[in-house]
Amino acid sequence: MSAVADTHTQDHHHGPAKGISRWLLTTNHKDIGSMYLIFSFAMFLLGGSMAMVIRAELFQPGLQIVEPEFFNQMTTMHGLIMVFGAVMPAFVGLANWMLPLMVGAPDMALPRMNNWSFWLLPCAFLILVSTLFMQGGAPDFGWTFYAPLSTTYGPPSTTFFIFAVHIMGVSSIMGAINVIATILNMRAPGMTLMKMPLFVWTWLITAFLLIAVMPVLAGVVTMMLMDIHFGTSFFDASGGGDPVLFQHVFWFFGHPEVYIMILPAFGAISHIVSAFSRKPLFGYASMVYAVGAIAIMSFMVWAHHMFTVGMPLAGQLFFMYATMLIAVPTGVKVFNWVTTMFRGSLSFEAPMLFSVAFIILFTIGGFSGLMLAIAPADFQYHDTYFVVAHFHYVLVPGAIFGIFASAYFWLPKWTGHMYDETLAKTHFWLSFIGMNLAFFPMHFLGLAGMPRRIPDYALQFTDFNMISSIGAFMFGATQLLFLFIVVKCVKGGKKAPAKPWDGAEGLEWTVPSPAPYHTFSTPPEVK
Amino acid sequence: MSEQTGEKTPERKSNARVIGWCLSGVVGMFAFGFALVPLYEVFCEITGINGKTGGRYEASATQQVDENRTVTVQFLASNGPGMTWKFRPVVRSVQVHPGESVTINYYAENPTDQPMVGQAVPSLAPSEGTLFFHKTECFCFNQQPLEAGESVEMPLIFIVDRDLPEHITKLTLSYTLYDQGKQAEVSKSDRAQTTTNNNG
Repeated sequence: MSAVADTHTQDHHHGPAKGISRWLLTTNHKDIGSMYLIFSFAMFLLGGSMAMVIRAELFQPGLQIVEPEFFNQMTTMHGLIMVFGAVMPAFVGLANWMLPLMVGAPDMALPRMNNWSFWLLPCAFLILVSTLFMQGGAPDFGWTFYAPLSTTYGPPSTTFFIFAVHIMGVSSIMGAINVIATILNMRAPGMTLMKMPLFVWTWLITAFLLIAVMPVLAGVVTMMLMDIHFGTSFFDASGGGDPVLFQHVFWFFGHPEVYIMILPAFGAISHIVSAFSRKPLFGYASMVYAVGAIAIMSFMVWAHHMFTVGMPLAGQLFFMYATMLIAVPTGVKVFNWVTTMFRGSLSFEAPMLFSVAFIILFTIGGFSGLMLAIAPADFQYHDTYFVVAHFHYVLVPGAIFGIFASAYFWLPKWTGHMYDETLAKTHFWLSFIGMNLAFFPMHFLGLAGMPRRIPDYALQFTDFNMISSIGAFMFGATQLLFLFIVVKCVKGGKKAPAKPWDGAEGLEWTVPSPAPYHTFSTPPEVK
Repeated sequence: MSEQTGEKTPERKSNARVIGWCLSGVVGMFAFGFALVPLYEVFCEITGINGKTGGRYEASATQQVDENRTVTVQFLASNGPGMTWKFRPVVRSVQVHPGESVTINYYAENPTDQPMVGQAVPSLAPSEGTLFFHKTECFCFNQQPLEAGESVEMPLIFIVDRDLPEHITKLTLSYTLYDQGKQAEVSKSDRAQTTTNNNG
């Protein structure tokens, strides 16, 4: 791929506006991308501090620090904030920054809507976090908000939670429409679909998933709202409804949602592994088809989250085999990453370290997912710490390491400075060790029968819980180092060239570092 | 941003088309979320997997009684949250032959000092048997109003189908009685309609 970038100064060069109005009114994809990333990191720290409360309480058996009611609020808010506040906005931030640069567009297709979809998010999370200070406390029914826990037995603040979910859903849907319009309409001349960088491909598919399932989430919380306030009985057996229906509708949203949180990371990792192996990505087309296959199959496996509700055997078998089938395209991707590295000239800068850890640890998380997919065995694992271990292994080294890898990979492009490599490697190793210490023992705890979302446990679980808590504190504290590294990199550091990584490919490396406020005012030619 | 408005015009047009398609997808999926509710009802009715026993059964032809086979039917009763009535089956279990029409009674009493309305919701275990358990008459088809201190014996007439799978020898029918409040409340009587329609 070669391209000519037109970056000469124009007659009327626009810089950013001054002061707060730059951020409130901006329609610039780079500004909005930065705001998304900063917001998501703030939410990451907030959700992370809630995890610290959880781990502090679980450091020893017995009730030490918080009341069980508050513990439940912490597990719920931790999940909601991490899923909707940290991981999803971080990927939207990366999309805002990188998609126009990668497809050679001057901006996102719908810049004003872009501004709106960002500013809805702080509003949604202000509402969500404010429930902590309300009478009856914050939502305490787990991030999955199963009825009737969230309808009949939910705290009064549930209504605010529903409203917050509606707002963040609107924000996500607008973000997704923007991504689709940008990718379909604004690609540089010559960039056919099968020449698009993989991050663009994975985000295009993610955006379709968002459009397909965020409305279902909006629907399910609307049904809850009607059950709570308007006398309907969608999930109330006394009125002819069915609480199991809630789980079906929720997981019809929930399962594609887990791919929404990982597919963009797949895309970014593909770029990084290729760049630091100094080889083109192995099996580009199969990567695209694999992501498409994963996305389509994600709609057909939702009931593997609820094997224990009493499904008929045929249903359990269908969902079990369909789930296992997803391992095939995922395996294709892992194979392609490994093969890309095979006989490459590898170097292990921070983005590559995070990417390699991603491949290894995400695969471990995938395998524990396969264990959970085995319907007869799932009855043993269901709602234990094994599930917690599984989804943290796919979300922390999956989504979060993917975001860290992307951040280090593109920081030179964003800031114009190289980050401090030694500190970044320290960040990696402390995160890697902390994360494994925190989550690996949870597998054993779960297999031994420790249930999730309980503030107390039997004595024999003490040692593993202590190790887990120490790992969690280590992982949590380490993230402050990341904040320091990024701030240091923004403020100064070694000047970054237009293309700081010699194996990197793509249009984003043809513009200078830092990327000028306006790029690709004239579309580049892609051959 | 004012650059190259001329070139952008065709793009604007197709942006509108993309937004249109995406929004119709959003609206369609929102509707689909709600459509899952009736779809789920129908699916469960056909397969019987959620233990709901279906509405009033009308036999096309009277079934031959299978004297060679005996099935135990057990009866359970429980109260929904906040329900204060006394509620129990008059007999705990009966032995029936498939095809035979059997009548049993449930006893309900309102011990409070005000009139109340109750609604019983049935559930059958194992769920495999739900398609083979027919109710020709059931107190659960209607709401049951009771004056203060009043009691009633509520009849249930059922037939166990001759096609009940061989390995099922015991069926357990459980009723949960829910408080529907006072009869006068409008919203509750609306709810009563849906209840009766859906819970048979």
